[in-house]
Amino acid sequence: MGVNRRDFLKITGLGTLAGVGGKAAADLVFKGQAEAQEAKPREEALVGKRWAMVVDTKKCMEKIKKDGCKDCSIACHAVHNVPDFGNPKDEIKWIWQDTFEHICPNQHHPFTSENLEGAPFLALCNHCDNPPCVRVCPTKATFQREDGIVLMDFHRCIGCRFCMAGCPYGSRSFNWRDPRPFVQNAREDFPTRMRGVVEKCNFCAERLAEGKPPACVEACTVKALIFGDLEDPESEVRKVLHEHYSIRRKPELGTMPQIYYLV
Amino acid sequence: MYDGGKIVAGLIVFLAAVTSPIWYNVVTGKAEYKPEPKIVTQEKECVAPKAWMTAMHMTLLNDWRDSVVREGNRVYVAANGKAYNMSLQNTCMQCHSNKSEFCDRCHNYTSVNPYCWDCHVEPKEKK
Repeated sequence: MGVNRRDFLKITGLGTLAGVGGKAAADLVFKGQAEAQEAKPREEALVGKRWAMVVDTKKCMEKIKKDGCKDCSIACHAVHNVPDFGNPKDEIKWIWQDTFEHICPNQHHPFTSENLEGAPFLALCNHCDNPPCVRVCPTKATFQREDGIVLMDFHRCIGCRFCMAGCPYGSRSFNWRDPRPFVQNAREDFPTRMRGVVEKCNFCAERLAEGKPPACVEACTVKALIFGDLEDPESEVRKVLHEHYSIRRKPELGTMPQIYYLV
Repeated sequence: MYDGGKIVAGLIVFLAAVTSPIWYNVVTGKAEYKPEPKIVTQEKECVAPKAWMTAMHMTLLNDWRDSVVREGNRVYVAANGKAYNMSLQNTCMQCHSNKSEFCDRCHNYTSVNPYCWDCHVEPKEKK
């Protein structure tokens, strides 16, 4: 005859115990092996609590007006294998120049200072404290690190472009075509992207991990780009922001951008 | 069953035809083509034993990717006590610089097409 309810409960109970206990025992036995392998950050890595950047627009503008400087974009795009399609419709940009009224439309009025009117401004991903791109990403390909960097996991991007709709700063670009043939002298130490993937500035997460500052900061010869940790009261960004008046792009949207412009 | 004899005979012929490669290998003895990935590095050991890597390298690469991108870990302390930079391009491919003779041989044989190289830059091979 079949098993009665009492026996059935006994058998399943014993089975569960054996399963759970077996797992725990196996974990104990193989513990040594699992512990031998460990992943950790490099010792020389730059560690911060809230990375941010300050753009000294006066220094930057003067240099651009003098010799059409594009050092930061060139350095960044070379380091990160950013393709150049030679076509503004397909353009991929991580850090780029535009005019003041385009970058900060809300700060512009008919009587804007002549110094600012039509002046070249730098733009890059703002690594917002409240990033809309992260909220809309359906695959969590875009996420915010604990140190504030809004990073992309290109492996997970499905190319839906919600983040591009969500980002109010146009900081994201979409690879409409296979970018590989358009990367000049692709570096072998950094990947390119594939067709159908969104990309943007990563605040040089891979360089911070090696203890180096972002490529654009390093490339700027007039020291117009200042990078640092806002949570550190002794950091240069904090001092500069304390001493000068600064603006941010579209602060009224509540995204809390972390790129500050000294004007 | 109508025409049972014909149907059964047909089935036997069909099965024999479909399984003929297996019988061929059994009879001739020179059984199988085995893909033999070529290792060109001077290094003595990989980040894990060879048998484990053969079976589990895809898991390791996935773990490395998540650890690097999501947690910012860049250093992998292997079971042999050595520390490695967790990077496909900068660690794996430094030793296995011959993708066409190493990765591709097994991947072609088993007909797997991982999309690593859509983005990651493979080392230039000497022709």
